[in-house]
Amino acid sequence: MSSLWPELERVLGEVQKPARYIGCEDGMIIPEHRPEKAAWLLIYPDTYEVGLPNQGLQILYEIINERPDAVAERSYAPWTDMAGVLRRTGLPLFSVDTHRAAGEFDILAFNLSSELVYTNLLECLDLSGVPLHTTERRSEDPLVIIGGHCAYNPEPLADFIDAAVLGDGEEVVSEISEVVAAWKVSGRTSRDGILRELARIEGVYVPSMYEVDYDGDRLVSFTPRLSGIPEVVEKRTVADLASWPYPKNQLVPLTEVVHDRLNVEVFRGCTRGCRFCQAGMITRPVRERPAGQVRTMVTDGLRRTGYDEVALTSLSTADFSGIEQVVATAVADDVCGRVSVSLPSLRVDAFTVGIAAEIQKARRTGLTFAPEAGSWRLRQVINKLVKEEDLYGAVGSAFSQGWRRAKLYFLTGLPTEIDEDTLAILDLARNCIDVGREYHRNPSVTISLGGFVPKPFTPFQWFGQNTETELRRKIGLLRDELRSGGKTLNGVKLKWHDARASVIEGLFSRGDRRLGAVIEDVWRNGGVFQEWSEHFDITLWSDALARNDLSLDWYVYRHRTHDEVLPWDHLSAGLHKDFLWQDWRDALDEVGLEDCRWTPCYDCGACTSYGVEHIVASAVPPAGGSQGTGQAVNGTGVPVSLTIGPRVPAGAGS
Amino acid sequence: MRLRVRFAKTGKVRFVGHRDVARIWERSLRKASLSVAYSEGFSPRPKLSFGLALSTGYESNAEYLEIELLEPADDSTWSPVDAEAMRVRIDAVLPAGFDVLAVAPADRRADSLQQAVTSCTWEILVDPAGVDEVATGVADLLERNEIVVERERKGKVVTEDIRHQVLALDVTGEAGDGVRLSADLGTQPRALRPDEMLAAMDPPLLARSVCRMNQWMSQGDDRIEPLSVDAAPAPLAEVRA
Ligand code: SF4
Repeated sequence: MSSLWPELERVLGEVQKPARYIGCEDGMIIPEHRPEKAAWLLIYPDTYEVGLPNQGLQILYEIINERPDAVAERSYAPWTDMAGVLRRTGLPLFSVDTHRAAGEFDILAFNLSSELVYTNLLECLDLSGVPLHTTERRSEDPLVIIGGHCAYNPEPLADFIDAAVLGDGEEVVSEISEVVAAWKVSGRTSRDGILRELARIEGVYVPSMYEVDYDGDRLVSFTPRLSGIPEVVEKRTVADLASWPYPKNQLVPLTEVVHDRLNVEVFRGCTRGCRFCQAGMITRPVRERPAGQVRTMVTDGLRRTGYDEVALTSLSTADFSGIEQVVATAVADDVCGRVSVSLPSLRVDAFTVGIAAEIQKARRTGLTFAPEAGSWRLRQVINKLVKEEDLYGAVGSAFSQGWRRAKLYFLTGLPTEIDEDTLAILDLARNCIDVGREYHRNPSVTISLGGFVPKPFTPFQWFGQNTETELRRKIGLLRDELRSGGKTLNGVKLKWHDARASVIEGLFSRGDRRLGAVIEDVWRNGGVFQEWSEHFDITLWSDALARNDLSLDWYVYRHRTHDEVLPWDHLSAGLHKDFLWQDWRDALDEVGLEDCRWTPCYDCGACTSYGVEHIVASAVPPAGGSQGTGQAVNGTGVPVSLTIGPRVPAGAGS
Repeated sequence: MRLRVRFAKTGKVRFVGHRDVARIWERSLRKASLSVAYSEGFSPRPKLSFGLALSTGYESNAEYLEIELLEPADDSTWSPVDAEAMRVRIDAVLPAGFDVLAVAPADRRADSLQQAVTSCTWEILVDPAGVDEVATGVADLLERNEIVVERERKGKVVTEDIRHQVLALDVTGEAGDGVRLSADLGTQPRALRPDEMLAAMDPPLLARSVCRMNQWMSQGDDRIEPLSVDAAPAPLAEVRA
């Protein structure tokens, strides 16, 4: 139970960026460990620079440390050079707060936001000296828990994790702490016993408590092994963000990290209903933080940290009630020096000159908008109901306020996409350049193209992902057109995400338990940091699949049928499966669906299943743009249809 | 007015690189609500100038920084009391491991610290080889007429004689299981790092910890510090973050 710092200090000179491993952040907590307290090690299985800013992890770090019966420290995946040093010197993975060995904690809790980090989880377990497989762990070994968006389909990790936590963590960490602290006090007897108790906590899924039956390749059922274990595990939802003004003391790192600024979460959830977007579906309903609390968190946060930038974070931030006012008054006058406010997530149909003017004060280098698809037809399929005019309006607002560069984010490989849809991306970019020329001589527009990966708990969960070849062909289509496009495309640049990486994301996104062997195989062959293009190696994955007699065709490229049992059917984000199926049918019929925040409820289940509801200060959508209705923008008023009924085919009027 | 600040960097934060140290200062000065002057232009930066860079991993009791302040406009009314108040105010906002040792008005017309400083005193702890063995190595090094080493300069490897930059080198005692050395090393035209010197010894030594104790400017035949500290903290102070 002691600090490994003296040993680490001797080897830190040998690694790149040693400041990753020292902790010492402003806001760091040095907790008092005691035998009767549950000790959590919160691990972000990517580099310190990527993991430190994670708000979810920081929120839980504070909440756990406020409890009398628990402590929490943090750790991040050591870069490959450090992992080498640790193995050579026999030192284990450690916390950055007090440099305590990971194996001394009771709970190793991983925050997973990308499938490609799964092998890093194994790397961290191995460096901790914890047996990789749940079946090999004894009662003195830590409990291995995962949370974050990937926890909604934890099946590929079933061999390695003791439990997965679904949904908001604010409340459930307290319940887990109580159970684990009691288990410690009672002498930490049977591991099976503690797992059983964890499985009884709402929102906690213990994979080993379920029997999985297959018929050939096909899943037949998940059955709880014991009574008292729920047949379906429901996610957790905090009813009101106002009760959780965390993090109160955002960590300020001593070395540069991504999103190196004050981050204040202004709301959680999104009901715009984009069909490709898992985050929007699983975090419903919308829960806004009161504007006054936002202001306090911004002002206090800036004073305490000394940051000169604050980001208001959420999905589609411009949807926050009265956003222009909030941005304009977020920063109290007496905060010293110049401060910029950024809105990292913007929908074009809610981005106005007013917002542009407010956030331009510090001249960001570029603005990103996400039309997601090139044609209006395809945007109806994916329910991203922004009109071309919305995009040009938003881009015009930005260019008129001094920006010269805009980035447009698109997905390719979407359901029903044909080459005309793909090529329409270039038309949008070309027109944006034209809009920009009204303000600047050399405006630039960067198209950033990602390959679409279907995710669980979305209407597209049944869709067979485009093959690697097809994704490459679509990327090539744009690339060739851009090369031969001549003058009209001057200023347009194209960047794309590696299609092979999209395929591996797709493999685990909708994978099942049998993939555990593949993850382990890749890790054993040195595949770590696969989310980093310099380390990603597709042959590791294809070899591992072949060795295990599993195929991409079956897991990734295959359309699922209505009656198929999906590997996450025994988990729930509240969403009714028939709502999702109907939304999938509507997508194929090119029928859009309006935002239920400002129109009647469709009973998707996210509120109705849990007795919670939207907390939105404004009864009407923010002004400007077509606001997702898909109707013509005429500059006056916001045309929102108020037709009563379960389903409003938005866009029918245009 | 322009402020000169002397600060220490000790403990775990010795692994923070100098670019990050600059960022830490920018944030800290905003926390202290000091009216720091900003540069003009597209992306204005606070006007801070740092002295000699310190290698990542080294500790220091003698880091320097100059800050351009809008208020007060000049230092004619400044007293030692103001200086102490300012020292405390800045010290309070710095992260643990960084400590402000002294603050004083600086002359805008003077040479930059990087030009003015000619040598540094270092306290070095080397891994045990036995005091006598280390002493022999030191004597051998000092007897040489030239010490030719390979150094990297602008990405290229060049050979250089560093003998004239080793101004003094003494064994000052034993600490724990290591041997303590004190070295005065020249900084012009390019600062000689303690590990470069240790590597040139026969047999080469490895530093377990290195602390910059002083920076020196020459004044006639004498040398002075840019800002002296009356009661400097103990060498390799146990100010562990
Ligand atoms: S339950 Fe109704 S109001 Fe709540 S998110 Fe679903 S559709 Fe919207």
